[in-house]
Amino acid sequence: MRLNRKITSKYGMLFILIALFIFFSLSSKAFLTQQNITNILRQFAMLGVSAVGMTFIILTGGIDLSVGSVMGFTGVIAAIGMVNFGLNPFIACLFALLSSSLVGAINGLAITKFKIPPLIATLGMLTSVRGITYILTGGLPIFGFPESFNFLGRGMIGPLPVPVLIMILIFLLGWIVLYKTRYGRHLYAIGGNAEVARLSGISVQKNLFFTYVLSALFTGLAGIIMLSRLNSCQPTTGTGFELDVITAVVLGGISIAGGEGSFIGVVIGIFIIGILTNGMILMNIYEYYQQLIKGLVLLLAVGIDQYYKHSGKNT
Amino acid sequence: MPEIILSMQDITKTYPGVVALSNVSFNIKKGEVHGLLGENGAGKSTLIKVLSGAIKPDSGKIILGDTVYSHFEPRKALDLGIVVIYQELNLIPYLSVFENIFLGNEIMKHKLLDDRVMIEKTRQILKNLQINIDPKQKIKDLSIAYQQMIEIAKAVSQKANIIIMDEPTAPLSKTEVDNLFTLIDNLKKQNISIIYISHRLEEVFALTERVTVLRDGKHISTLDTCSTNRKKLISLMVGREIADTYPPGGYEKNKKVLEVEGLTGKKFKDISFYLKEGEILGIAGLVGAGRTEVGRAIFGADPLVKGKIFIQGKEVKISSPKDSINLGLGLMPEDRKEQGILLKLSVKHNVTLAALKSILKRTFISYRSENNIVNQYIKELGIKTPHLEQKAMFLSGGNQQKIVLAKWMASKSKILIFDEPTRGIDVGAKQEIYELMRKLTREGISIIMISSEMPELIGISDRILVMSNGEIKGELLKKEVTQDKVLELAAGFSGLPEECSDEVK
Repeated sequence: MRLNRKITSKYGMLFILIALFIFFSLSSKAFLTQQNITNILRQFAMLGVSAVGMTFIILTGGIDLSVGSVMGFTGVIAAIGMVNFGLNPFIACLFALLSSSLVGAINGLAITKFKIPPLIATLGMLTSVRGITYILTGGLPIFGFPESFNFLGRGMIGPLPVPVLIMILIFLLGWIVLYKTRYGRHLYAIGGNAEVARLSGISVQKNLFFTYVLSALFTGLAGIIMLSRLNSCQPTTGTGFELDVITAVVLGGISIAGGEGSFIGVVIGIFIIGILTNGMILMNIYEYYQQLIKGLVLLLAVGIDQYYKHSGKNT
Repeated sequence: MPEIILSMQDITKTYPGVVALSNVSFNIKKGEVHGLLGENGAGKSTLIKVLSGAIKPDSGKIILGDTVYSHFEPRKALDLGIVVIYQELNLIPYLSVFENIFLGNEIMKHKLLDDRVMIEKTRQILKNLQINIDPKQKIKDLSIAYQQMIEIAKAVSQKANIIIMDEPTAPLSKTEVDNLFTLIDNLKKQNISIIYISHRLEEVFALTERVTVLRDGKHISTLDTCSTNRKKLISLMVGREIADTYPPGGYEKNKKVLEVEGLTGKKFKDISFYLKEGEILGIAGLVGAGRTEVGRAIFGADPLVKGKIFIQGKEVKISSPKDSINLGLGLMPEDRKEQGILLKLSVKHNVTLAALKSILKRTFISYRSENNIVNQYIKELGIKTPHLEQKAMFLSGGNQQKIVLAKWMASKSKILIFDEPTRGIDVGAKQEIYELMRKLTREGISIIMISSEMPELIGISDRILVMSNGEIKGELLKKEVTQDKVLELAAGFSGLPEECSDEVK
């Protein structure tokens, strides 16, 4: 019984993922086709890229609510660059990423210099950055990008869609940073207890600042992929995206209090969200119900996980 | 002969793989102060948890008056008048004293809170216990010592007849300890019984009539305090004769590794002293004398107003812990859990936290070198952990302290500042820490040790500085130091007994 509990708490989310996979394979013929699997991966590539930055931030004990707005904002900058200024897509994308990093830097400054709690600082940025996207676009969509820009969101390299390839690269990068670099180790230390980290010689403020910039940069990348996939810039793009990203990270077992959780868990969390969304669409579940089910899955999965963690402690 | 009001018989509690309590019997008399001793893991907290209803024993019975219980529920224990005062106090900081005392038992008048009556009753309770506080004051504005008294007053207001105190003096200064002792006397006069848990044997001698020693979950002995002494109690707790002596020093060389000149900060002024290679320099003084602040300022944890710091004869600028660590300093802070160790992280990650630079292979952490280093220190310091990945929160205080030490050894610190290094750890582990400190000085490491435990400070230091009110009042060499001389300099100190006091007799 004790062993069972240990296994359940360690691999609980993996079991849920496998169960979902089997359930949808049995209930929809379309689910287990190469076409559909590629589709799933492509659909949640943006979520995956952004979730890596969010993982870093939540590990430090912080949170970034501005990612949805940053995603939309980056798309607007890239679109304006290409359409209004006729810039080369590559240059326009660079500008866009620079702008998203700037938003991250403002988050970082607000949190480290002005000591605004991350929840409030990034909530403020969520609202004001969304405001900027409306101001820049006048609330209207932008389209007519150069042909070459399609590659990023809809191109293929061998059997793999480009967004999926980018996601895999970012996952690899995330894993290496978290487990093989000092910076990654410092993130856990800061989230564990920032004062202990400081007294152990870690530059807490510098690391935090950098982490918010990094999160915005990853989200910016996700925003550009999204722009290319949609092939048009909507000022509303990314609204509510932050909640999906946070859900995936928390589902993956990263403690919202910071300092705890594994990267592989986050990858599983992202897959759970992706498969659940896709499977429900294939089963023709009415959209309102999809939302309800997603919310319940989050509560149930984290609830079960916590239950086993705590019951493990008392025996 | 006062009557026995509660007795626990043959209490057994097992966890998978561990016997926490094995046939332990224990009783307490009316109006008695009963000391409960044992090393960490001896079963003290499990016994207390059985008594307070937090856990249910596998077998055994609890007899209270004429009733026999197999276990208590938490609510039942409270109703029967059994209250535990934990180290972490359970008061609401933004509520006032009287609101805290009546929390959950508010007095109502026409379905509304009757503040006037509650304030009056609180005033009466505080007066009876000779606690001089305004019932309307907010808890957050009170010192820890007064907060503790309020918690005790709350217990009294709930008609407690057995109060269990778990290490109540750990956060208190000497005067505050005296006040607590007076309060305990007052409780005894009201026929309240007290179970007193402490690592400080002096207090056990000063306060208790009887003492029970537990070891490895077993009841070892219950003795009249006056029929025993310090040495005997220690051997009962540890299960072997422990050298109640300190490892010899004398490894200091005639080379100053650290020198400070005119250090001034918020809570200290004009501090000048030096530290020689291989020396243990003790800093004595009352709680609040500014010792911790000086240590933190040298380490760069808090800013200095002015003053100079020289390391190996060269003036250095230290503006953060990062700077001082690069210069070979390390700090073992007094608050281990909040400042010393990362409880959620593994043993491994804690040990290498300040030494990651040395295990990088190009820009990446080499797991092999990391494991090697960690294994080496686990062996060298005798850290007891099932494996490297164990989270630090599951280790005992002594082992956590060793991990903090390992962190500085791994980062190759040459000058270590130990702030209350043995606080809250058991006798056996204390001795190990002393041995380790000596071993370090033999290897050329220099140590500044801040401690409020006079015998340990005198026993281990090569030289002692005495601080009072943020200033250095004097310096004593090993051969001339006595407790009296230190007390005289620190002012207001009084010696604590090694045996039970006449008063109790």
